[in-house]
Amino acid sequence: MADVSLNKLVKRYDEVEAVRGIDLAIEDQEFVVLVGPSGCGKSTTLRMIAGLEDISDGDIRIGGDVVNDVPPRDRDIAMVFQNYALYPHMTVAENMSFGLRLKRFPKEEIRKRVDEAARILNIGELLDRKPRQLSGGQRQRVAMGRAIVRDPQVFLFDEPLSNLDAKLRVQMRTEIKRVHQMVPVTTVYVTHDQVEAMTLADRVVVMNGGRIEQVGPPDELYHSPATRFVAAFIGSPAMNVVPCRLEAEGEELMVRLDGGVSVPVPAERRARYGDAVGRKLFFGLRPEHLTDEGGRRNGGPTARIEATPDVVEVMGMETLIFFTLGGHEAAARLDSGARPRVGESIPLVADLGHMHLIDAESEFVL
Amino acid sequence: MVVASQDAPAGAGINPSHGSMSRERRWALRWSYVCLALFAVIFLMPPIYMLITSLKTSAEISTAANPWWVFDPTLGNYAELLSQQQFLIFFRNSVLVTVIVVCVTMLIAVPAAFALSRMKFWGSTSLATGVFLTYLVPETLLFIPLFKIFAELQGLTGISFINNWWTLIFIYPTLTVPFCTWIMIGYFASIPKELDEAALIDGATWMQTLRLVFLPVALPGLIAAGIFAFTVSWAQFLYPMVFTTSADQLVLPVGIVTTLIKGDVFNWGQIMTGALLTAAPPLILYAFLMDYYIAGLTSGATKG
Amino acid sequence: MTHTLPPTVAVKPPKGARTSLRATTRRKSTVAFLMTLPLILLVATLVLYPAIYGMYLATLNKSMERFVGFGNFTFLFKRETFWMVVWQTCLFAGTAVIFKAIIGFVVAHFVHNIPNKKQRVWRGVLLVPWVIPPAMSTLAWLWLFDPSYSAFNWIIAQWGGDPIPWTGDADWARFSVILVNVWIGAPFFMIMYLAALKSVPDQLYEAALIDGANWWQRIWYITLPMMRNIIAITALFSLIVTFANFDIVRILTAGGPLDRTHIFGTWAFSRGIESGDIPLGAAISLFMMPFLAVLAVFILRDVMKRGTQV
Repeated sequence: MADVSLNKLVKRYDEVEAVRGIDLAIEDQEFVVLVGPSGCGKSTTLRMIAGLEDISDGDIRIGGDVVNDVPPRDRDIAMVFQNYALYPHMTVAENMSFGLRLKRFPKEEIRKRVDEAARILNIGELLDRKPRQLSGGQRQRVAMGRAIVRDPQVFLFDEPLSNLDAKLRVQMRTEIKRVHQMVPVTTVYVTHDQVEAMTLADRVVVMNGGRIEQVGPPDELYHSPATRFVAAFIGSPAMNVVPCRLEAEGEELMVRLDGGVSVPVPAERRARYGDAVGRKLFFGLRPEHLTDEGGRRNGGPTARIEATPDVVEVMGMETLIFFTLGGHEAAARLDSGARPRVGESIPLVADLGHMHLIDAESEFVL
Repeated sequence: MVVASQDAPAGAGINPSHGSMSRERRWALRWSYVCLALFAVIFLMPPIYMLITSLKTSAEISTAANPWWVFDPTLGNYAELLSQQQFLIFFRNSVLVTVIVVCVTMLIAVPAAFALSRMKFWGSTSLATGVFLTYLVPETLLFIPLFKIFAELQGLTGISFINNWWTLIFIYPTLTVPFCTWIMIGYFASIPKELDEAALIDGATWMQTLRLVFLPVALPGLIAAGIFAFTVSWAQFLYPMVFTTSADQLVLPVGIVTTLIKGDVFNWGQIMTGALLTAAPPLILYAFLMDYYIAGLTSGATKG
Repeated sequence: MTHTLPPTVAVKPPKGARTSLRATTRRKSTVAFLMTLPLILLVATLVLYPAIYGMYLATLNKSMERFVGFGNFTFLFKRETFWMVVWQTCLFAGTAVIFKAIIGFVVAHFVHNIPNKKQRVWRGVLLVPWVIPPAMSTLAWLWLFDPSYSAFNWIIAQWGGDPIPWTGDADWARFSVILVNVWIGAPFFMIMYLAALKSVPDQLYEAALIDGANWWQRIWYITLPMMRNIIAITALFSLIVTFANFDIVRILTAGGPLDRTHIFGTWAFSRGIESGDIPLGAAISLFMMPFLAVLAVFILRDVMKRGTQV
């Protein structure tokens, strides 16, 4: 069993704390993605798991054993780097077998493993080439092949797709997913791209400022973000977040947005938000839940909001408009049939079943 | 193109048209070649004059005829010099000193550069700076104390350091090691950090990483450093001047200057032959490894 | 289940020393130290120690039996020759470096002008003076300057001119020393400048062309500022080398006529080794130290700056 667990993990560089006490349990064969903006500590965490960075405090267990003081080579891990880090003077086959040759595996075994990895990754015909003769996508495959032949307990990926162009990135994303299905090894994957995180992960770990903001399956992060940061980080275009106040009007609770617009809280949420009356809050609603009549997908409580688009982006399958709501930029996703015009007011439907209220002070989603 | 050049009035201050631009460029190119040829003549004149003189007999040298022309070419100077026991001893001494110094230099400089560029430890940055400063110390600053130190050492141990060619093996590395370490630090630093991390994860020890990853990848740097060490050792003049005196202990540059010039009788045919033969090994090496040579020269001025 | 760590939870205080982790780090440091040990020993015993020992030597009398303090230095200060050597060393180094820099810059430009494919050959040919051992090329110059058989004087005679005493007359001898210095050093400048020229992105010139800059303005506003650092480093390097030169003067003039071309290196050799006054020679050498130290500080500053730029 190669589960990985981080316990109160801390990384300090002189004065700065890059990682501030992380707890995380990764199950055997699970694909976990650490995602967050640059400087959030995700790469440092990965490098501590790899053994490339010393651990300042807390501990890391792989397969139950504390590995804090185990050098990288004895941790039984493999890592794929952002710039691939292929040995430029070795052929593809030599690159892939380097680790095994160092461990003095028998030649037969090495051959078998390299061939197998090459088969999985479709790089059989590249085995005799040097890295400089390969394209970015091919180098990426070789880097993964080098990880696979080692047959490690844990795969570590450090932003492996960042150096590829957009099209190839989508292709390799699928490829990584496919490889993980064929070789189901515990995987920790670091990226700053939330789409990569959502598509690849069994569970996503959102990090910010050296801490974990939220851990959960992709759809949970999307539908029930725990903090304002997660709410804004997951999803593109980002969730609309507008300062607001909650006021009681008899039975009803009204959300009064900055700028004068008010929307009612749906009946089933009243109990949940009852305590928040009078506090400073943010109102959050994803662009896909703010749409025109034609773009509505489901029933439920709604509210009407008038919008005057500043910018209109026609995407084909949908049309995005950007407008000002309560002094803040907001976005809405309209049906592709809609023909909004800049400066011409249109009515929008807010799907209040998906609204979020965020405490302005603690930044927790209520 | 032609139409465009008619449309644009000459000297209108806007982009010059294509026609006049290429004419301008052609002239610039012609001028460049003419000037380069001129400079090449000046730059190559002394070595060519060496060659001219080396092909002359003593009789021809002492006539008033055109010194820039060989009227009666002969290889006599070469034959005579190469059959002299003395010259061959100089040559042997030079080769031995140079080869050993190059090896010693690499053995000292490469591990040090690896440690300084990759394994940060207490004082490593100041040590790297110190290495660079040492490179700036010229031999004219230290030759007298060094001579005295080895003379004292000779008195103390009874080993005759003075007037022995092999003493130079201890001295030359002070000139070669700092620069070679410095350029190797630069080459190693240009290798992405992920490469040694990958090696580390693949299970390599530090020594294996150095041997199996760094050395092959930094091979151009190794060659550049090796060439530098060779050139410096081969050409060094002051130290052998100070440390060696008897004819059988001299290296080539000093041997030629001190033994072929006998009093006022200058045998210029032989001197130039000797000088040319001494200049030949670095020139040949340079002809084959020019790109490494130039890379080494220019990388010395950059840090990492 | 969503399990979040509230951002307000305080980090647990450190658990105390992680001894084995420290041990790993220490082991790495030890290996690194061992790998640099030969270098450290070499520098300490054969550079640092001689430098300090040289200072001690300079305080002894000629037979090295008696401590004379600053005796050698005050003796030197009273000698006219000493001040002449100081002046000559600065004159040679300064003049030679300026001419090397100008010639190197001009030649680098010409090489940069011609098509890339042909640059390699020209560059190769033009670097030859730098590759030949200086002692050997100086011999060739000595022969070209020969009082009776000078090949230059032969050409001058063909044009009806009088022979020039290249190494016999003080002023001509100084000129000759500088000339040979420039000849050996200019190719180095050429190579450094050429590398710097190549590192200036073409787009900058194209942008300047579109902005209406002429040839001279492009050099003045783009090439020179972009090369400023490498020009400084090369000039400082060369200043040190020329300042501390030995081979050229020793072979060409041996300091003569009448010490008019002696520089620190050759004078120290002639006093310290040839005349056997080791303390006085050491004292002469030591005078180079302040000059070199100042140059080294500047060079280090520029190299470090370059390191952070690139």
